Amino acid sequence: MKMVNIYLYTRYERFWHWLQMALIAVLLATGFEIHGLFAWLGFEEAVGFHNFVGLSWLILFAFFVFWVFTTGEWHQYVPTTRKMFSMIRYYGYGIFRGEPHPVPKRKDAKHNPLQRLVYLSLAALLLPVQMATGFLYWSYNSWKDWGLQWLPLEAVALIHLGGAFAILSFLVVHVYMTTTGHSLLAHIRAMITGWEEVQEGTRIEDWERARDKRYSTA
Amino acid sequence: MKLAKPLACALTIGCLLVLITFTPAVFAAVQDPSASAPGRVMARQATKENQLWITADHTKHEALKKTFTTGAEITKACLSCHSEAKAQFEKTIHWQWMVPGTESDKKIGKAGYSLNNFCISTNKTKDNSCLACHPGWGTATEAINCLVCHGRETINWDEAFEDMQYFMGESDEESREMAADLQSQIQSAVQAVGRPTRKNCGSCHFYGGGGDGVKHGDLDSSLTKPNKDLDVHMGSDGQNFDCVRCHTTQLHNIAGRMYTAPAYTERKSLIEDDLASKITCESCHSATPHEAGHKANDHTDKVACQSCHIPTVARVNPTKMSWDWSEAGRKKDGKPYKTKDEFGKYDYMSIKGQMKWAKNIQPEYFWFNGSIASRTTRDEIDPAGVVAVSQPVGGQSDPQSRIFPFKIHRGVQPYDKVHKTLLAPLLSGDDGYWKTLDWDRALSKGQEALGLPFSGQFDFVETTYVFPLTHMVAPKATVVTCKECHAREDGRLAELAGFYMPGRDQWRFMDAMGWVLVIGSLLGVVLHGLGRVFTNGRKEG
Repeated sequence: MKMVNIYLYTRYERFWHWLQMALIAVLLATGFEIHGLFAWLGFEEAVGFHNFVGLSWLILFAFFVFWVFTTGEWHQYVPTTRKMFSMIRYYGYGIFRGEPHPVPKRKDAKHNPLQRLVYLSLAALLLPVQMATGFLYWSYNSWKDWGLQWLPLEAVALIHLGGAFAILSFLVVHVYMTTTGHSLLAHIRAMITGWEEVQEGTRIEDWERARDKRYSTA
Repeated sequence: MKLAKPLACALTIGCLLVLITFTPAVFAAVQDPSASAPGRVMARQATKENQLWITADHTKHEALKKTFTTGAEITKACLSCHSEAKAQFEKTIHWQWMVPGTESDKKIGKAGYSLNNFCISTNKTKDNSCLACHPGWGTATEAINCLVCHGRETINWDEAFEDMQYFMGESDEESREMAADLQSQIQSAVQAVGRPTRKNCGSCHFYGGGGDGVKHGDLDSSLTKPNKDLDVHMGSDGQNFDCVRCHTTQLHNIAGRMYTAPAYTERKSLIEDDLASKITCESCHSATPHEAGHKANDHTDKVACQSCHIPTVARVNPTKMSWDWSEAGRKKDGKPYKTKDEFGKYDYMSIKGQMKWAKNIQPEYFWFNGSIASRTTRDEIDPAGVVAVSQPVGGQSDPQSRIFPFKIHRGVQPYDKVHKTLLAPLLSGDDGYWKTLDWDRALSKGQEALGLPFSGQFDFVETTYVFPLTHMVAPKATVVTCKECHAREDGRLAELAGFYMPGRDQWRFMDAMGWVLVIGSLLGVVLHGLGRVFTNGRKEG
């Protein structure tokens, strides 16, 4: 079968992906060190890095939000239940049988229904919650001025830690899932170069398309 | 062409990562060192003019040139100019040994019903040996001995007067010379007066509990001439502060802690109130003394400066950590005896019991709002547990409280099994335990002096007594590090419960669930991957 290259991820998208990966990696490592799991940078240094990187992430995330809305890329994150079952069946069964992917990638349909759901939960819920609790944690000394003295630090810390575990778990599965392309490194290559190889002539269902005029075929 | 783009992209990302990783370090490196601790700069400015000057040369005062044969005559000479000093001083706790402003009924103070777990009680000052530290002449409590605090020359007044009287009574030339010699010594000491030095305050406060460094841990003779390593403020190679530099005085009332009364009630720096007492660190250093943005500035609402800046006390001389009176009275060959420990300090004395000394002790930490709750000889105790003779007042939710370092002295001391009160034995004198080694007699005489009942039935109970630590502030380099408290195990604050502390506290359930999730995910993908390898192999085969 003939493979064709399609330009799937724009430069900013790739930059953001890897930058966020680095930020999250540093935050996870320093965060777990602060939690007392291991000694690496030392508590004081770890706190310094965690705060600096965390605040940087907060600021940079604003650019991502701006990008996702101005480019209309948010459409890629709208959840759907269609073909959800096919996806679950594929990962649980079809993939072992060498069956074709039920929802191949296209520029206007980067994410399969499972990805949509996971990435939406991540970008709209888990990461913002993590950032919000992190920011609150960091601004602990201002709580009184903000009328937040009723808020227990313990609760904020608990949610923040839970979020960290959830992100780490996502990371494990996410990294593994990159190997499920037509070759082991195909997805990673795509996220580096922007170009993904797909089978020529793959048909993209209408509902899969992002509802954006930019992508509509005349 | 196609390769150039990803390469550029990777380079950009790489640069950004490097930037993000090293920016804080770069910022720190280029910072102006004088800006690193604004609190120190401020304190240096506040105390810059420490060249005090005086308008009186006491060697020229006629009132001090006469012959003195008793202490009271010296006091009279002082008061002939300093007419209000007596009235002022007699109202102070230093003279009365009673806490001013507390309910008179409670009688808190050394001269009242207060007690500790060292020599226990002054038995309302009937125990004469205690009066060695009362600022009168010898053990007399009539006239004030101004020179205890203001004298610059050390002299044994009792001996000097006694010897002089003797030699004056003799008629031979040599005796008259001796008498004249003693008189000139006395005059010289009387004329050498000034503001209290470390040595003056230390003559009592370094030796409380009957010996050098016994009580406090952060106060002993090593502070008479300390270096900066021992105390950054008092170090004679540095700021060379006298005690009164911080313990400022009003009408002879010296700022500091006294039993129930906190050393301060408001946290004010000299910027906010330039006439405030200098008794707190924040008076000169402000509440945000560290470089801007440093986490330590955020800690000052809940952690006292002392907690981090006094990593250990008793760094030069040892201090007494425990005293077990129940072991007292043992004899060797029918005689009282004593043994010494590695520091050359008595660790056993038949007259006192078993004692333990230690050096470089790490403080214990408690919430503290500046007040100490003290038990008196009239308060009922529960002998089933450890009795807190004194304990810090405060709590995590009290905005006035901060985590503060303490030395805890642990004692085993007598109590009345019937009345359930701590007992105050008489120690010195003919009826005192030190001479008789007879508890029954010492306890009944001691209680009698206090006017309190003694049932005759006594036993010993474990007790604790606390000393807030505020001296021996160490140089910056040896400050307590974050990790020493923010640690999972054996941190300095391991015992301080009731609040969440990052790095120390965890929720076993959350951690367990978290790892189940992560390791579950890992197992899941490994199995899935193996499945793919296995099935693909089969298909190809």
